[in-house]
Amino acid sequence: MASDPRYVERFTRTERTLHWLHAAAFLVLLGSGLVLYVPRLSETVGRRPFLKDVHVYTAVAWLAAIALVVAAGDRRRLAATLRELDLFDRDDRLWLQRIPRPQGRFNAGQKLNAALTAAFAVLFAVSGFFLWLGERDPRYRFASTILVHDGLMYVSLVLLVGHLYLALIYPSTRHALRGMAVGSVRRDWAREHHAKWLPPGEP
Amino acid sequence: MDDARPYGRRTFLAVTLGGISALFWAEPAWRAVSAAARPFENALPPGLVPSGWRIYTVAATMPRFDPASWRLRIEGQVSRPVELDYRQLRALPRAEQVSTFHCVTGWTVKDVHWAGVRFRDLLEPAGPLPGATTLTFVSAEIPYVDTLTLAQAHLGDAMLAYELDGRPLPREHGAPVRVVIPEMYGYKGVKWVSRIVVGSDAQPGYWEQRGYDVDAWVGRSNGL
Repeated sequence: MASDPRYVERFTRTERTLHWLHAAAFLVLLGSGLVLYVPRLSETVGRRPFLKDVHVYTAVAWLAAIALVVAAGDRRRLAATLRELDLFDRDDRLWLQRIPRPQGRFNAGQKLNAALTAAFAVLFAVSGFFLWLGERDPRYRFASTILVHDGLMYVSLVLLVGHLYLALIYPSTRHALRGMAVGSVRRDWAREHHAKWLPPGEP
Repeated sequence: MDDARPYGRRTFLAVTLGGISALFWAEPAWRAVSAAARPFENALPPGLVPSGWRIYTVAATMPRFDPASWRLRIEGQVSRPVELDYRQLRALPRAEQVSTFHCVTGWTVKDVHWAGVRFRDLLEPAGPLPGATTLTFVSAEIPYVDTLTLAQAHLGDAMLAYELDGRPLPREHGAPVRVVIPEMYGYKGVKWVSRIVVGSDAQPGYWEQRGYDVDAWVGRSNGL
């Protein structure tokens, strides 16, 4: 694949592993969480103690696996990606105001999505930890914890639906899914949509 | 790239810190706006969003209510043990009330309309013996159990409820009968009650064995 000149690598194996790990954990946590949360589902599915265990252990496994992949993966490229995601240049700021400007390896929307997803992950983990701890020690039982955890679920769901739409349906962006699946994307697509990453005219 | 600004980390930090601070303000803020959200929640099919309620269970499946075979036993320190079927229970003097339901985990449902039987009327046929001081409620959802003192059960707004908001108690709320004691957190309100043992010692209930207070007064227990 790397030798095929029509394609260019967009995501390293470490990045793809992190993405799919996060996606899989999110879906398991969402599914088990919804059964715990939606009364009609609670009634038909039941098994609350089991699903609670699934939810809690998946969360622990998710955090441990992410730490493991970061520790064992390509940290140099990961740090470079983090820097790319952090920085918004003038073109990015204009792009967010719906003024078409050339974009880097990530467009400004993707950068925002990454920042929000990371923040939500931290908040899910923190509020979930306090839900777990509060059940064991009343000093850590705050009236707002459950509202924060539930509220995060709603906003993440909105973010996920938008993400899935752009990755699976929207014609000009859905090719990006290939990059996340196998690592590489078409050179001509990258030139068109991420012109500052692969400027037109380069081989 | 000279004009690049670290908006990524700023977004991340702002959302993270905002979210963590919400652990301290989300509940009062939600209380202020939830009245406005009520009409939208009510417009949705029941059971789709929790509409204030969250359903907590401890067993693999929720007990199923069969009006033909269901019986409520009242036993222990009584003059004569009593077994009521659903029809006999509904024939007891009916009480109604509107009260607020508080869960120890922080959520609250206002203006809940309950109908049921006051414990004085419920216990009258069995006749608790003079030394009796407690009522232990055994749920059909094994192993859920909890105890109230007789004094607590005789509070003016405590009851064994069989209707919620004008309808027979739904399955997830403990059909056909549950304990309602608004001055205490919801875990004292045993759902799917199948047996009431009149006694003189308060065994710790299901959640109390797991560290929650036996006297679960709203606002005055469980570190709240």
